[in-house]
Amino acid sequence: MDWWKDIYEAMKAADVKQVVYVPDAGHAKLIDACIADNDMRAVPLTTEEEGIAMLGGAWLGGQRGVLLMQSSGVGNCINMLGLMQTCRFPLATFITMRGQWHEFNPWQMAMGRGTEPALKAMDVMVESVEDPADVGAQSAALLHRAFVGMHAGALLLHQRLVPIKTFGD
Amino acid sequence: MTDLTRADQFPLKRRDVAQQISDAGGEDLLIVTGLGSTNWDFTAAGDRDLIFPLWGVMGGAVPLALGLTIAQPERRVFVATGDAEMLMGLGSLATVAVQAPQNLAIAVFDNERYGETGMQATATAHNADIASIAAASGINVTGTIREQAELDAAIPIMLEGSGPSVHVIKVRAEPLPFILPPKDGAYLKDRFRKALLGDAGIV
Repeated sequence: MDWWKDIYEAMKAADVKQVVYVPDAGHAKLIDACIADNDMRAVPLTTEEEGIAMLGGAWLGGQRGVLLMQSSGVGNCINMLGLMQTCRFPLATFITMRGQWHEFNPWQMAMGRGTEPALKAMDVMVESVEDPADVGAQSAALLHRAFVGMHAGALLLHQRLVPIKTFGD
Repeated sequence: MTDLTRADQFPLKRRDVAQQISDAGGEDLLIVTGLGSTNWDFTAAGDRDLIFPLWGVMGGAVPLALGLTIAQPERRVFVATGDAEMLMGLGSLATVAVQAPQNLAIAVFDNERYGETGMQATATAHNADIASIAAASGINVTGTIREQAELDAAIPIMLEGSGPSVHVIKVRAEPLPFILPPKDGAYLKDRFRKALLGDAGIV
């Protein structure tokens, strides 16, 4: 499944310079591509909320950035997301979902189900994509809404897009 | 037994420290100040377009400055924040250390108190040592400043030395009048971008 390449190409086309992330299996190939790209700065975070603040700072300095994270990370971002609305910073975040589809870990269910309501509570526009053929168009639209439309937005990448995860059971 | 009121007697006064750094930094210095007293300190020292004061998002000052630092590698970025604000974002020191931006200086104005909420003791009033945490996070240039002569020696390191640096400045816990910067975030962002990027900064 190469839908991650469509996100990468959309980011290149949108002139994204900073890619800040907490690693996730669903984002692993995309993160590797960004690390290998000399025209992008890939920054691993200790917690996702750092990424929200970093993207504000990147925009202050004249650069575009995106945040890559898993749905559980959204809960770590809630207060920091207020920065985007208060200052009208653009936001583009790609979120790999847990708590859907064949989720095996009950501890991922709560934040997975809370992801979309939490984002909407902080006035982040949420779109979802489940069909790999639609990832590129949705990614381009997310980045355009952020950096041209000056809006805060998230694209939820449905758990069907990533291999079914187990710990052996 | 830890003396939770020792900061009442610290010799360095935060408004004087901010004034000295603001004067030494000059007009080109990019300043990010954290919630909350460092906002008022640097406004008292002279509000200007290239200060970005955070009225909220506690824990966000250092990572916000990191994004700015990466976007502006030729400019010095200076963060002034408080001990409580820094304690809420300690992981960001490890994030900074990994990126190792040479143009980033962080000063923690440490009065060992939550200043906006009634001057309750923070963890630094007990045993937490932010300079040691920074060093253990991988920041090479760190120090704790308690006296004027130490501050005089550290300011050139902050403003001209090869960073990233984290200096904890132990400042007196004292009630001070509020000197407030503008609070509208969109205005603060736009004035900063226009001063830094020119007309291209306004979208």
